[in-house]
Amino acid sequence: MHELSIAMSIVELAEDEAERRSVHVDAVHLKLGALAGVVKEALLSCYEIACESTPLKGSRLLIEDVPVVIFCPECQARRPLDSVQLFCCPECGTPASEIVHGKELEVVALEITECAPNPV
Amino acid sequence: MRPEPRLIEVRKNVLKQNDMVARALRERFRTAGVFVLSLVSSPGSGKTAFLERTLTLLRPNYRVAALVGDLATENDALRLARSQAPVRQITTGTLCHLEAAMVQNALEGWSLNELDFLFIENVGNLVCPSSYDLGEDLRLVLISVTEGEDKPLKYPTIFHSADVAIVTKADLAAAAEFNREIAHRNIQAIRPGMMVFEVSSKTGEGMPECLAFLAARLAESRRGAEAI
Repeated sequence: MHELSIAMSIVELAEDEAERRSVHVDAVHLKLGALAGVVKEALLSCYEIACESTPLKGSRLLIEDVPVVIFCPECQARRPLDSVQLFCCPECGTPASEIVHGKELEVVALEITECAPNPV
Repeated sequence: MRPEPRLIEVRKNVLKQNDMVARALRERFRTAGVFVLSLVSSPGSGKTAFLERTLTLLRPNYRVAALVGDLATENDALRLARSQAPVRQITTGTLCHLEAAMVQNALEGWSLNELDFLFIENVGNLVCPSSYDLGEDLRLVLISVTEGEDKPLKYPTIFHSADVAIVTKADLAAAAEFNREIAHRNIQAIRPGMMVFEVSSKTGEGMPECLAFLAARLAESRRGAEAI
């Protein structure tokens, strides 16, 4: 169960960005590959915990699932995989170990609102 | 009036911090000329026994050392110390995997350029360690014949993060009714072309082939380093 430390890294990353831009984060958009080794449901509940007592408290984590896409050496083309239990081209059946997508664990965007300027 | 929310692009890898440390470690290992291997597997599949045997067999000809991750005990480090190789323990507490920074801390004060091989034994876990690069040159995933042939299908992610598979406890294969053909087929289904060694750390069966492979990889990496 390493989702909590992953969630804490996400919060930290978003906090840094927010601080640098003086903005408030409402939501974090995350790309999560099927081969990233992270369980989505566990990550979502850990995110809430990780946000506690940070400026991100109350923010949402929006996860976009990224399916596995392999490069087929025979077809010379990218193909989405039917199952993560079989790394073969779904078109021609050639074994394929080159992964194009599916390992993503990436914060792609933040939904933000500008912080009100401090009264002078 | 509440300002309008807007979307800003970030595009940052969540494990950036770990990856940066791992990259620095890899560079340090390369400069020192040490070949680094990590071992991952489920608990009880024989990482420590394999490592003890490997260290003992390599030690007459190579300078070897090991880092071993464990949740709570120092038992593994004590076992490995029997090989006479320098061994350091990383006690992770409740953390279920090693991270690059832990490896970095554990290496403090060690002269890496006096080593040929450094082994890093991860915490027994087939899930969490897959996400963390430790800067190693080669990751070995171990499965024992007593675990069932479908381990690769159940844990495709860790098999994808590894380079070589080691089937351990080969001396128990008959008793466990281990189906070699199915196991190999499953490994190849997940990771086509993956190299597989079958060994028994107890009897030594299969160890020479595996160690010859490691020696060849060390030589290869040194040739590569010289070319640069």
